[in-house]
Amino acid sequence: MFRNQYDTDVTTWSPAGRLFQVEYAMEAVKQGSAAVGLRSRTHVVLATVNKAASDLSSHQRKVFKIDDHVGVAIAGLTADGRVLSRYLRNECINHSFVYEAPLPVGRLVVRLADKAQVCTQRSWKRPYGVGLLVAGLDELGAHLYYNCPSGNYFEYQAFAIGSRSQAAKTYLERRFEAFDKYSAEELIKDALFAIKETLQGEKLTSSICTVAIVGIGEPFHIISEQAVQEMVDALETREEATAEQSGGDMQDESGNPDAAAPMEEI
Amino acid sequence: MAHDEDVAGSERTLYPYVTGTSVIGIKYKDGILMAADTGGSYGSTLRYKSVERMKVIGKHSLLGASGEISDFQEILRYLDELILYDNMWDDGNSLGPKEIHNYLNRVMYNRRNKFNPLWNSLVLGGVKNGNKYLGVVTMLGAHYEDNHVATGFGNHLAVPILRSEWKEGMSFEEAVKLLEKCLLVLLYRDRSSINKFQIAKITEEGATIYPAYSLKTFWGFSAFQNPGQFAEGTW
Amino acid sequence: MSSIGTGYDLSVTTYSPDGRLFQIEYAAKAVDNSGTVIGIKCKDGIVMGVEKLIASKMLLAGSNRRIHSVHRHSGMAVAGLAADGRQIVTRAKSEATNYERIYGEPIPVKELADRVASYVHLCTLYWWLRPFGCGVLVGGYDRDGPQLYMVEPSGISYRYFGAALGKGRQAAKTEIEKLKLSELTCRQGVIEVAKIIYGIHDEAKDKAFELEMSWVCEESDRQHQKVPDDLLEQAKEAAKAALEEMDAD
Repeated sequence: MFRNQYDTDVTTWSPAGRLFQVEYAMEAVKQGSAAVGLRSRTHVVLATVNKAASDLSSHQRKVFKIDDHVGVAIAGLTADGRVLSRYLRNECINHSFVYEAPLPVGRLVVRLADKAQVCTQRSWKRPYGVGLLVAGLDELGAHLYYNCPSGNYFEYQAFAIGSRSQAAKTYLERRFEAFDKYSAEELIKDALFAIKETLQGEKLTSSICTVAIVGIGEPFHIISEQAVQEMVDALETREEATAEQSGGDMQDESGNPDAAAPMEEI
Repeated sequence: MAHDEDVAGSERTLYPYVTGTSVIGIKYKDGILMAADTGGSYGSTLRYKSVERMKVIGKHSLLGASGEISDFQEILRYLDELILYDNMWDDGNSLGPKEIHNYLNRVMYNRRNKFNPLWNSLVLGGVKNGNKYLGVVTMLGAHYEDNHVATGFGNHLAVPILRSEWKEGMSFEEAVKLLEKCLLVLLYRDRSSINKFQIAKITEEGATIYPAYSLKTFWGFSAFQNPGQFAEGTW
Repeated sequence: MSSIGTGYDLSVTTYSPDGRLFQIEYAAKAVDNSGTVIGIKCKDGIVMGVEKLIASKMLLAGSNRRIHSVHRHSGMAVAGLAADGRQIVTRAKSEATNYERIYGEPIPVKELADRVASYVHLCTLYWWLRPFGCGVLVGGYDRDGPQLYMVEPSGISYRYFGAALGKGRQAAKTEIEKLKLSELTCRQGVIEVAKIIYGIHDEAKDKAFELEMSWVCEESDRQHQKVPDDLLEQAKEAAKAALEEMDAD
């Protein structure tokens, strides 16, 4: 009812006690292409869908390495995302310089969140229009955080942001309880599956998907396109096998899709 | 903002006033042991005789200092605030001895670059997650780590003893004996040391600064008997 | 009940014809929509508790801290926009450290509450800022004993025996008034606060919640800290048992 009057300024409260400009900034995150993050006890995986403006142009970079132990995936206004990545890198480097130790991820995300909050309380600023999934490792283990434009941050076992992320979230909610004990490969597999959910039928290839990982003994790095394509192919072979098997067995109750090899069917 | 330097012309530390002498630190089986006497000299006068020159920092570290006592107190204030903020995070992370050592190095080096040093030699020891750490930062901002360290006169008198007698994995008793050996030499030969020492220990469980005590000295050397024997009137 | 402030409610520097600042009142609504926050002063200290509503199953326990230590002897519990709350906490921490640097002793709780209130009030004075969308409970232990203050988005601050903010504040206040606070120790107070929060949590309207509690009392050596895990578990058990008793009737 009151939306129109109270939504032009970030320093205006609505009668219901909401800040519409901040909520609109969160919409911008939903417009961006999907990004998912999954965490086990020892590793964190980030995966994003990369759209290209046209076939002739390169893809938008959505995954940034912040330090050896931290990386982010963004969704929303990528320009804002780059600026915040630069800020995060600076904070990490400054801490390393003074303390000769990596900045704990939990403290990094709070600095980011506080920076974002300031932009929601000054009339001459606007909220950052980007959501960040921050994946990192510190003495306490692996962490996955979500920083949103409102200045809030939360720690998750798994999360998805961006367009059609609800499909990925549903997929992850079904399986996240097992993630703690997953190996790196299993995490990546589930990340790719989650990304597939957001594509709604479009084919998953490594050219539109970026995967990055950080873990104990493994500094943050983006996995090569080739390696990603191999994993995607492996996924599809398994999927086809599952489909064939359940198609072939009419009477049997196929409980375990990995039981029979594809060649044995039909 | 008008800084004191701009208003007064120039203010910088030129010389120390109340100073502490050597600090010795060694790694042993369970952690770090540090020793220092409790004297504060005012030039050549032994003005203060109960100065605690070693303090616990946070959960994991011990800091010992020689040099200007007031500068040491200032450093303790800086560290107190640092640790307070670290504790208030309450997130499971904590600053370990390595981080504190580096922080102190930054502080000391930056002060020296402004020609306004904190006139101390600092010994920082601690244990975190099973890792023992022992390091030194000087007033010039030079820093290093080792299994055994000493400041001031300790560098010349204690370090040679430590180099020949320190070994990996010493027990608490062995380590204390070694420290006492060094302290005794310093007591005999360093004119600004006094016969009142403190030993401090830090292990994974925590830190303890033991109450001050004295060492037994021996002055019954034959050379000291009848000093006037060959030179009438001397003492 | 509240008149529509149309036209006079777009800026915090505009009064309405009946002398109200609607922007501040709207900011207070944000506090009213948040999970309940409770604070009580027991005979030997302060206990604070927060009903943290969990938005997603995949959220980790302990995430989204709502109670923060501001110095060794005091802490703050935040209701409303968590991001705004952190700004206030950061300011409070810096005020506390500054006071100690100058005066050499921990900041008295009253002084801390006053400074926090001034800061919150500041943001209601300029058109280029906006009022904080959060209310804050300040609990601490100084030379004058344990004290509890509440700071509202308008910058008002009072001292309380018992205070509540957020969705269930009315129900919480009723429950608090039933307690004999001057006879409770903090240990007992922790159990009571847990019972109240579990009791007022609306299962139907809200999803799951996580209970976060802190205390500053003789037992904690006058330091502000999270309630120890074993006591917290005890409190949660007692609260759940009390709920079942109520349901059984």
